[in-house]
Amino acid sequence: MIWESVKLALRAIRRNILRSVLTLLGIVIGVASVIALVTLGQGATDKVKADLTKLGSNMLIVRPGSGVPGPPSGNEPRTLSDRDIDALRSIPGVRAMAATANKTVKVTSGTDTLDVQVTGTEPGYFVAQDWSFSAGGPFSEADVRSGAALCVIGATVQRDLLRGEPAIGAVIRVAGVTCEVIGVMNAKGQSAFGSDQDLTVVMPLRAFHRRIAGNTRVSMAVIAAETPSDVRPVQLAITEVLRETRRIQPNQDDDFAVRDMTQMAQTLSSTTSIMTGLLSAVAAVSLLVGGIGIMNIMLVSVTERTREIGIRLAIGALGSQVMTQFLVEAVVLCLLGGMIGLALGAALAYAGSVALEVPFVINPGVALLSVLFSGVIGVVFGYFPARRAARLEPIDALRHE
Amino acid sequence: MLDATPHQSLIRLRGLRKTYGHGEATVHALGGVDLDVDEGEFIAIMGASGSGKSTMMNILGCLDQPTKGAFWFKGADVSTIGRDARALFRRNYLGFVFQGFNLLPRTTALENVELPLVYRGLPRDQRHSSAKAALLAVGLEGRENHLPSELSGGQQQRVAIARAMVTNPAILLADEPTGNLDQKRSHDIMKLLQGLNREKRQTILMVTHEDDVAAYASRRVVFADGMIESDTRMVPS
Repeated sequence: MIWESVKLALRAIRRNILRSVLTLLGIVIGVASVIALVTLGQGATDKVKADLTKLGSNMLIVRPGSGVPGPPSGNEPRTLSDRDIDALRSIPGVRAMAATANKTVKVTSGTDTLDVQVTGTEPGYFVAQDWSFSAGGPFSEADVRSGAALCVIGATVQRDLLRGEPAIGAVIRVAGVTCEVIGVMNAKGQSAFGSDQDLTVVMPLRAFHRRIAGNTRVSMAVIAAETPSDVRPVQLAITEVLRETRRIQPNQDDDFAVRDMTQMAQTLSSTTSIMTGLLSAVAAVSLLVGGIGIMNIMLVSVTERTREIGIRLAIGALGSQVMTQFLVEAVVLCLLGGMIGLALGAALAYAGSVALEVPFVINPGVALLSVLFSGVIGVVFGYFPARRAARLEPIDALRHE
Repeated sequence: MLDATPHQSLIRLRGLRKTYGHGEATVHALGGVDLDVDEGEFIAIMGASGSGKSTMMNILGCLDQPTKGAFWFKGADVSTIGRDARALFRRNYLGFVFQGFNLLPRTTALENVELPLVYRGLPRDQRHSSAKAALLAVGLEGRENHLPSELSGGQQQRVAIARAMVTNPAILLADEPTGNLDQKRSHDIMKLLQGLNREKRQTILMVTHEDDVAAYASRRVVFADGMIESDTRMVPS
């Protein structure tokens, strides 16, 4: 009986194909936008997470200053001193640690010039940030101590500055200082904040201090804990150690900040999730609007087919059978819309994911749910017209012109 | 049993009344009708418009309920049964032929004839063969896949008769079956109905206002002002 009703419904839909398609549009657009937004949102969330883990796993970053954003207070925060750095080295549960300083300078090779943020650091940096090498390798502790002018370059620098020439042994000029390339790092792509992580030149800290920066400031320390469960104790230990070496009184606030990158990843991805949720909710409203369109057209259909209903009732159809017929028609209409919307939404999401360079992750749960939901809309908004059809008096319906 | 008649009538109406509206505006469509119909009868219900014959037909077809009075079908009181029970009664015992044919548009002749069987829950192939046989019986073999719009009025009425007969109904109700047809086609349709009555002993109740159509029936019941004016048995032409 249900299968008969479905066939009947498909025939009724075909009979008024243009009208059916226009009615479907509401549901199609609703489902398509939910699917597209959820899929893109999921992709964006995944990308943010992936990007942040690319920064390095179990990584903590220690910076001078309170870490609270706001207008500059006038007095520069105390930088990390050698004493601070030495104290940090003594913390247990740490896999790698590197004192780091940055400066954006011009890097040239022949006639080509690039503005690059140059990082002076220690070998632990490559470990903490999970850098791997496509050629050559990192510099050693000995290189740091000797103050040798060596450098490791990112994939973008290799591409844009050396233009595919062999990098190892090549000589580049960093802020006018001649520097030998000893390693090329594998590409990491864009960071979660939109900057190119491969547009980088990494030098031994001492050489950087002497030749590039002209001072011995350390702007941050990157620290990688042994395991994820070590992150929290290491973070606490860092705070404790630094408060002591920096002689901060118990009633004073920290003048440094310890940032947990994993935690940041979670915060950022939950922000994207919330945005996705909000947008999807807006899209879901359009599904409701589509449902009202369905109800409207079903009411028209009941009026138009009053005579048909009369014939069916006279021949022996029960009110409930007429009701089922119209309800099934509304549900079939909505499910069709839902499925078309699903296909369209997936296509849109795919195009969007290519354009925005985020992964294309279709969520089968959401896909199933939105098609089911459009079916539910069919039941809800088809109910009233169907009931109206079922309650027609056969004689009145037969007389209807 | 209050009644002493030895046999049970197919239909027995006693004091049947139907009023529409309230108070001053009350219209008495039927003012107390008594009627017995036996199996195998072919009755022409006649009368001027407003005489109550259509109301009578609607009540007999269980499309409408009487305001007062009794309507027994094979000894069972059907005057007060509910909506669904009336639908089931129509499904199981009645076949309808209307003046305007009332076929489903954009639906083939075969599917139209199958429709009552769909509601009876018959399997597909059984429906198919019964409907084909019914179309054959009304002389429409080869037209199974025609749409009503592709058939003449007489052919459409034949499809309607096939649809009414496919369930072997206890009563065939025909409401001005030739009202929309010319004389030649009217004759053909009436011959068809008469044949069903004679060969299959099909009980037929037919509303008409034309004497030459009524002449095919074996009994003529004339309504006037909601009452039976005359009830005569006759030898059909």
